[in-house]
Amino acid sequence: MPREAKISALVLIILCGLGGLCSDVFFTSANLVNILTASATIGILSIGASFVLAAKKLDLSIGSFMALTAIFGATFGHSGTGIIGLTLLCGVVTGLINGVMVGFLKLPSFIVTLAMLGLARGVALVISDGDPIYDLSPSVIYIGQGEIFGVPVPVILFALLAALCGLILNYTKFGIQTLCIGDNENACARAGIKITRHNMILFSLSALLSAVAGLIYMGRVNAADPAAGAGYELLAITAAIIGGTSIFGGKTSIFGTVCGALILSVIQNCLTLLNISAYYQEILIGLILIFAISLEKVKIYPRGMR
Amino acid sequence: MTLNVSGLYKSYGGRHVLTDIHFGIKSGIILGLVGDNGAGKSTLLKCISGAEQFDHGQITIDGVAHSVITPELSRSIGIAMIYQNLDLCPQQDVITNIFLGQEKTIRIFGQNTPFLNRSHMKYLATEVLNRLGLDVDISQNVSLLSGGQQQRIAIARALISHPKILIMDEPTAALGIRESKKLLDMVRNLKMQGIAIIFVSHKIQDIYDVSDRILMMRQGKIITDLNKNDISLAELHKIMMNEEV
Repeated sequence: MPREAKISALVLIILCGLGGLCSDVFFTSANLVNILTASATIGILSIGASFVLAAKKLDLSIGSFMALTAIFGATFGHSGTGIIGLTLLCGVVTGLINGVMVGFLKLPSFIVTLAMLGLARGVALVISDGDPIYDLSPSVIYIGQGEIFGVPVPVILFALLAALCGLILNYTKFGIQTLCIGDNENACARAGIKITRHNMILFSLSALLSAVAGLIYMGRVNAADPAAGAGYELLAITAAIIGGTSIFGGKTSIFGTVCGALILSVIQNCLTLLNISAYYQEILIGLILIFAISLEKVKIYPRGMR
Repeated sequence: MTLNVSGLYKSYGGRHVLTDIHFGIKSGIILGLVGDNGAGKSTLLKCISGAEQFDHGQITIDGVAHSVITPELSRSIGIAMIYQNLDLCPQQDVITNIFLGQEKTIRIFGQNTPFLNRSHMKYLATEVLNRLGLDVDISQNVSLLSGGQQQRIAIARALISHPKILIMDEPTAALGIRESKKLLDMVRNLKMQGIAIIFVSHKIQDIYDVSDRILMMRQGKIITDLNKNDISLAELHKIMMNEEV
């Protein structure tokens, strides 16, 4: 685990301490559940972002994919299972499109996913005619609002996906090769790693996680909204980076990313409890991202921690 | 184990970089390859390792002729190459670098699973590092190792696939005198283990010290193919300088 991930865990604990000092409400169980539930959507997106960043790529389309996959599922699915299945399928297919353009056509991931950010949002608006789709199946609502033994389903999904992706990253050939590709792609290609296929899987994974986040969002608000997830790519990438993922590739930690998502959620929660305007929250997130990248770029971390 | 290169041609956009290359090598021989920058040495090595495709010619390994070599085929027939830049992943640990692209996975009912077999990888990595006389923490990032240690990690990666032919491109270029000497001793050791080695260097002294045969390339052609015993270091220098011997 990168040392930055441990630092982000420490920062999270300090922030929670400060949150408790700032407001008596902070450590109530209802508020803590709120923080966890709010972090689930961004957290799941940021896990996908971590994999892509670790391979020295960028996926800016995840927020728009959240909307597109949900709209696609809600429009063409006629039952709860249909909506869930089509949402996830749409995620895999849209991810494959990114993967083909980055892998086969060798286009820069920044440009491809920037284009897909606009394109996917546009398709979602066209399919839905710009209006949210209401009255979804109870099983979809359960994904966003249900509880199992008092724990919200989004939190359970976030925890399960984080554990699964942590396992993939640290204990499988795919995970270790993702880090190596981000570190030295040419060396990996000469070592026989199939980079094109790997990139396709990476972008599909990222988009599939976007679809899961889309399902949770759709269930929470009981609507498939073509405007859902706007700007979430910034939050997800920020969470990954403050959790120790390197924007320059070769390094990530799912534990750190989870901490990063929770840090953002705790900050937003504290600002809300302190009645600070949401506009300032946007400014703060931008500043945190710049600070986190600067830490790595100017090598403030001591040697051995980079 | 024998490797024969015959009638190899390679050009980039009409410019010939390899012209009618012929040579052979067998187990337990070190073949030194010298030549100026742009002589075609690296291209020749890349053609043998499959990193570049040659236009015409054949590479025959143990009697089997190949007119196309891919990196996968090259590895499967026992060719390993160590590039001048070592091709390491600096932020990853020693064990990950040694097994790059050849990770061992857990097998269940005779089938490979996606899960890494770390204990087996650790065992094999320790074994190969011991062979190379390198005592490092295998969980350490390679960026924290010295140039000589990194060089040996690259050699360890090549040896982990039990190659029959080892190609080394400028292995001493970034090393100091002491580390170069250690590396040359290691190369001789590998030769004693029956590995055929193609050793490329700008340092004539290194080539002369370690090689059994010396090939000299100029402008994409082999101009000299000599047994080391038939030539002195001074004569080799003269040929390099394009002077009469």
